[in-house]
Formats: sequence, structure tokens, C-alpha cells
Amino acid sequence: MPFAVSMSGICKRFGAVTANDHIDLNVLSGDIHGIVGENGAGKSTLVSILYGFYTADSGTTEIAGIPYTHNTPADSIAAGIGMVHQHFMLVPNFTVLENIILGHEGYKQLSKSMDQARHMLSSLSQQYGLDVDLDAQVGDLPVSLQQRVEILKALYRDARILILDEPTGVLTPQETNQLFDILRALKKQGVTILLITHKLREIMAATDHVSVMRGGRMIAHLQTADTTPDQLAELMVGRPVQVQKQWHKANKGAAIVSVKDVQLTRSKTQNLLSDITFTVHAGEILGIAGVAGNGQSELLNILAGIIAPTAGHISYHDHHIDAGNPADPQKIKSLGVAHVPEDRHASGIVLPFTAAENAALGYEKNVSGGYGHAFLSPQSLRARCAKLMQRFDVRPADPNLKSSLFSGGNQQKLVLAREMSATPSVLLIGQPTRGVDIGAIEFIHQQLIDMRDKGCAIILVSVELDEIMSLSDRIMVMNNGRIMGLVEQATANVKDIGLLMAGVQ
Amino acid sequence: MAELWLQFVLTIDATLRVATPLILCAMAGIFSERSGIIDISLEGKMLLSAFTAASVAALYGSPFLALGCAVIVSMLFSLLHGFACITHRGNQVISGLAINILASGLTVTVGIAIFAQGGQTPFLMSEQRFSAITLPFAETARHIPVFGTIYAEVISGHNLLVWIALLSVVITGYVLFRTTFGLRLRAVGEKPEAVDTAGISVTLMRYQAVLIAGFLCGIAGAYLSIAHGAGFVREMTAGKGYIALAAMIFGHWRPVPALLACLMFGFLEAIAARLQGVEVPFLGPMPTDLILVLPYVLTVILLAGFIGRAVPPRSIGQPYIKER
Repeated sequence: MPFAVSMSGICKRFGAVTANDHIDLNVLSGDIHGIVGENGAGKSTLVSILYGFYTADSGTTEIAGIPYTHNTPADSIAAGIGMVHQHFMLVPNFTVLENIILGHEGYKQLSKSMDQARHMLSSLSQQYGLDVDLDAQVGDLPVSLQQRVEILKALYRDARILILDEPTGVLTPQETNQLFDILRALKKQGVTILLITHKLREIMAATDHVSVMRGGRMIAHLQTADTTPDQLAELMVGRPVQVQKQWHKANKGAAIVSVKDVQLTRSKTQNLLSDITFTVHAGEILGIAGVAGNGQSELLNILAGIIAPTAGHISYHDHHIDAGNPADPQKIKSLGVAHVPEDRHASGIVLPFTAAENAALGYEKNVSGGYGHAFLSPQSLRARCAKLMQRFDVRPADPNLKSSLFSGGNQQKLVLAREMSATPSVLLIGQPTRGVDIGAIEFIHQQLIDMRDKGCAIILVSVELDEIMSLSDRIMVMNNGRIMGLVEQATANVKDIGLLMAGVQ
Repeated sequence: MAELWLQFVLTIDATLRVATPLILCAMAGIFSERSGIIDISLEGKMLLSAFTAASVAALYGSPFLALGCAVIVSMLFSLLHGFACITHRGNQVISGLAINILASGLTVTVGIAIFAQGGQTPFLMSEQRFSAITLPFAETARHIPVFGTIYAEVISGHNLLVWIALLSVVITGYVLFRTTFGLRLRAVGEKPEAVDTAGISVTLMRYQAVLIAGFLCGIAGAYLSIAHGAGFVREMTAGKGYIALAAMIFGHWRPVPALLACLMFGFLEAIAARLQGVEVPFLGPMPTDLILVLPYVLTVILLAGFIGRAVPPRSIGQPYIKER
């Protein structure tokens, strides 16, 4: 039997970066084939080439044994390739039906196309158990349903090969299992599935074969049944890594953060946060779990003083902040609270600035050896940055380098170094390892544990449940702007937390 | 009472005449902006096509030839706008502004070079223009109360381009919301990457949209100089392109609400014209300048926040670049 997909010698360069270096990939027909690798390993580039979004510099592709030179997504769709992108390719203010037929309408007149599509889709969704309200606006649907729309969209175009790029990033553990059930149903119908992920657990749970990529190269092809997560992790990183828990019991101190009845409303009918009450102690990590977009980001921004709550009180040590008396980020910082924002490109660093400049942002007063508060000496900025870079192992250790030229992991370490430089008593940290390579993840996690052991109170927001579970002393689960439950580390398990994330109490 | 009624009916009639270029430009703006391309060059394209139409009509005498040339010139400048914004991913506001400045200078310069009348074109005879179409029985119907007056004054007596403007609203609505082309056009202004991954060229969609905008702007320009007016006068668009843009935003990028907004602006201008020289108790004659400034002031006030939250197409003003 010919391979469903057979790529050989694929090369792709973006400027000086070689994203794909002579990649070979063979996928059996009707297989669920995983591709794992760290951020920047070249997985997304490879499948974007397969989908025709990028054109390879060299190399050949065969689809079901037929040599195939395609340049555009339209050609790929015609060849039976469908793709569910990591960031959904859906128009939020269109209905499900409009989104599904977009680009594949059939008739010039919209109503005719819609009638035909409605008919076809009802049988498709029955066949695969993919239920979605065709007339709902996509923007109103939860992400798990939006993902179904993407899958339906591909099936409506007769996809025989379905590529899913990091499909589980936005799903609860239960929704992830549902997705895998759908994939198995598709497999039974003969659809070949290519699953791109960085989560080893999912590779083990869902795939038949797995290919490992590292630094733009294909490192190994394995049968999933013959491998272990440890082996895969080692192949991904290129050296042995510890995947076990870093958590150990800590000495809790006094309560230093207290949040009471915090509320945030967008309009009269829409509550972004309601009844948020919790305390955090010195020497404790409170992990806030939840699917992205359930109020965690807003809560973090309120705690950092970036947005003011509609109602409620917050206190750090003995300083009280409430809706009528909101604090600005500078004030919060002066209380010994540091903040590592969720989106480092939007609010963590200024990309065109040098590392030295970014290392001082917000902490200019702490730069010693200047000419007073109004002036900053470049020498002392650089000296300070060099010291932080050494302590946090930022590579390359060059304070004059533009921040955009550092890898995600090193940018994050730089932000962390800056925020920890003032030895805060409270650390607010969002998505500490988003877009960060495994080596840096280990390092950042160790830093957080060390800070906690020194008596810092840490509030950790992350959509990576594994991260929350391996670091937190207590886990607070949020859904739809509410606290669904508070779980102690000792009794925490994925199933219960997953249910809480889905809003089931 | 009858006199007042007639005055009112005449004002409504004038409203339609004044609103015609606004309506065409607003529809042009809807096409362009729904596809994600900001078009402040409506003003410049209208001015250029007004000049082209008047010149061609003066030189060759055919209003239809003049209209055709006006449309072509306007579409050429749309292509220029598209080339800067779509192909070269330039700043859409700056490109539009450049076209407006170019139009303002070019029309006068070329006008002086050809006609040597200080930037104006010669006065056009009625056979060189689009003249009013008197509908059947208009004169007989005039004597029927209410409906007769409305038929004779408001409905009858407009030139072809007024009817085209009204038709353009219906067509815009149909194309945008009832056709495949419209679905793709709206999608490309909201989320171009969704269109690209669905196998449709974002570039081609956007070029088509700006060309349609150019087409409609061309008609609007021709209307000003060879239908409503009888020749080109320098800066004769006088900010109408911007008012149309305001009407489009006021109408939330939808054809019918935008039409109503255009009619409202047209009504204000018509009233201003009617009120000129009217004696107001205690104040004496109505100050003309004050009245003329009214539509512009209203534009500012409305745009400053009296229109509720106008949500523009999500990707407006952003050039489409594939990741990396």
C-alpha cells in the first residue's frame, strides 16, 4: 500500500534560519501519525508546506503515491488535504455554516450554496458524531466547538488527510479525550491523521506512529507502542531530561495576599469575574488552572493593577486596594509585587529595545551608578543586565543585542530576571513557559520553586495543566469567571480538575 | 400651508440631489472597507473623475463618453491605491491622503493647461450633460394633492445618475449579503487568513473590492460635474468624500443605514441652502456661513461618539502578511 503522504528532502529557509533541513516523512494510509518537537523545531513549517501555505525551497511530496507539486492551499484542498490550524481560521462574526462553505460555496448565489451545504453537513455530522448548531455565530461558541467547526470544514471539502496543529492547547482534559475519540472515528472511515503536538502524553494516548523533530531536522520515526515518554523527551531535547515532578512540600508562612469578592463586569449583563475570594501565603504557590479565556487573564491584570475591578477588595500585606481606590501598576510594584505578564511580546518586553534596556524597564530607579533619577547611564544599564543574564543563564549573554533576536525561552528568562531582581514578596506570573523550550522550562520551574522556598508568595496562571500540577501547593480552578474549586496538591488529579475546568462541580 | 408644503417637498427633492454623490461614495467605501482597505481617497477619486467627466464632455460633447472616462480614471487611481496598500502593504491612510493631495493639484494644473480658465472647465450645454428625466404624467399629476406634488417634484425630474445611485444601494446589499463574492469579500475584511487557507487569494479579493470602489466613485464624480453641475470647479468635491466616509461609519458599514445617513447629511445641506437669506425673528437674516458649516459640524459630533460603538471590519487597515 502506498503511503498517504510521503515527503522527502524537504528544505525551507526563512532568511538565515533553516526551519526544515532535508526532512523525510512517510505517513501510512489510515494511520494516526504524531509529529513531536519543541517550539521552533520546524513542525509547523513542515505541515504548512504540506498544506501549501508555504512553498518548500527543495524536496518532493507524494500524495497517495502520486507525485505532487502544489503551491497553494487551493491545490492541497483539491488533493484531499485538510488542516485544523493552531489559531483557528474562522471568521468570528460569521455563522458556522458560512464559515464552513467559505471558499467552497458551489454556487454564485449564497442561498443555494447554503441549502446544499446544510443537507450535506447533516449527514456528515451524524456519520462522525460532530454536532454543531449551523446557525450559531462562531465567535459565540466555546473553543472546543470552534475546533469541531474546523474539522467539519475540512471534511466538507472531502479531506482524506487531516492535519491538526497543536489541537489540544485550548481544551480541557475531557475535551481532549473527546477530540481523540473523533480522530479514532475518522480513522475508522479511512482518514489519515497527522497530529502535531509538543505534549508527549497525547502522542502516547492517540497515535500509531510518531516522528520526532529537533532544530529543523527529523530525528526519529518510531512506532508509538515501542517507545516511552522519556525516550521521546530525550529525542526532542537531545539530552536526558527529568520529566518528574519538581514539587516538594513547603513551609507556609503568613497570609500576605488576600482577595475578597472581586468582580469585573463588561456590561450590565456580562460578568468577566464574579465572587473571586482567596488568600495566598508566604512560601506558597497558588496555581490558577482553567481553559484560556475563563477570567484568569483579567484576574492577573487586576492583581497587577493594570485594570481596576468593578467591585471587591485586594490587600497585599497591610495595603488595601478596592474598586473605589484602585492602584496603578507602579504603586503595586512598590508594595513588593512583581508581575511577569502572560503575553511577553505585548506587555513583557519591548521587542526593538536592547536586552539591557528591557532588563531595566519599570525598575529604572534600581539602576545604580546613574546620574540621578532623570538620567540613565548606558554603562550601568549594561552592567546590570550582564549580571542578571549570568544569574539566569540568558543566552547569548549580550546586553547590547536586540530583544527580538533572543529565543522565546531566553526572552522569558530575561523578563523573569528583571522581575525577580527586586526580590519581591509576591510574584504574579502568567504562562511562564509559553513558547519556551524544554531546557528553559526546567530552569524557570526551578527558579519558581526556589523563590517559593525563600518565602515568596506566587500566583501562577497557566493553561498547561501539567505545569500547574507540578508546581502548585494549591490549585484554584476557574471557569466562566468564577472559582470552581480549590484543590490541595496532595489530592489533586487530572480528572477532577478537568471536570472543574469544564464547569462541572 | 400649501406654500410650506411645497417648500418641504422641494427640500426633499434637493436632499436627493445633494445626497447622490454621498450615496455612491458611501457604497464605494463599503466595498473597499469591508474587504479591509481603508479608503480616504474617495474624495480625491471623486475630484479626479469630476474633472475628467467635465473635460471629456467639454471636448467631445458626449455625457456617456464622459462618464465612461471618469469611471476609468477613478478605477486607475483605485489600482494605484491597491498597488500601494495590497501589493506593497503600505499604510492605507497615507496612500489615500497622497491620492487626495495629488487629485487636488492635478485637476487644477491639467485644467489650466487644457482650458486656461483658472482651473475650471468650460460651462457645459445641456446636451453635454445628463439632464433631468421627466417621468410620464408628471405635469398632469402635479395637480393631485399630496401624491401628485411628491410624484412631480421628488420622484420625477432626476437625471439618470440619481437613479443609478439608488440602484447601487440595492446592488451593494445584494452582492454583499446574498452572493458568494460578498461572503468572501466580508470574510477577507474580517479574517484574511481564513480566506487564504480556504484557498482564495486575499490579494485578488482586495483588488476587486478597490476596483468596485473606484467604479462607484467615478460615477459620483461625473455626477458632480456633468449632471448636478455644469462644469468642473476647483475643489468642487468640498469634503463630500469624507462626509460619505462618515455616513458609511454612521451606517456601520451597511448599505441601507449608510443610505439613510447620506440622506440625513443631504437633508441638512438642502435645508442650509433653503434657509439662506431667510429672516429669523430677533436675529435678522440667517447667517449663511453658519448654515453651510452645519453638515461638517454634525459629522464631527456624530463621529465623536453619538453613534454608539461602530465596530469596523476586524482587519481593516492591516496589510495581509503570512506569518513570518
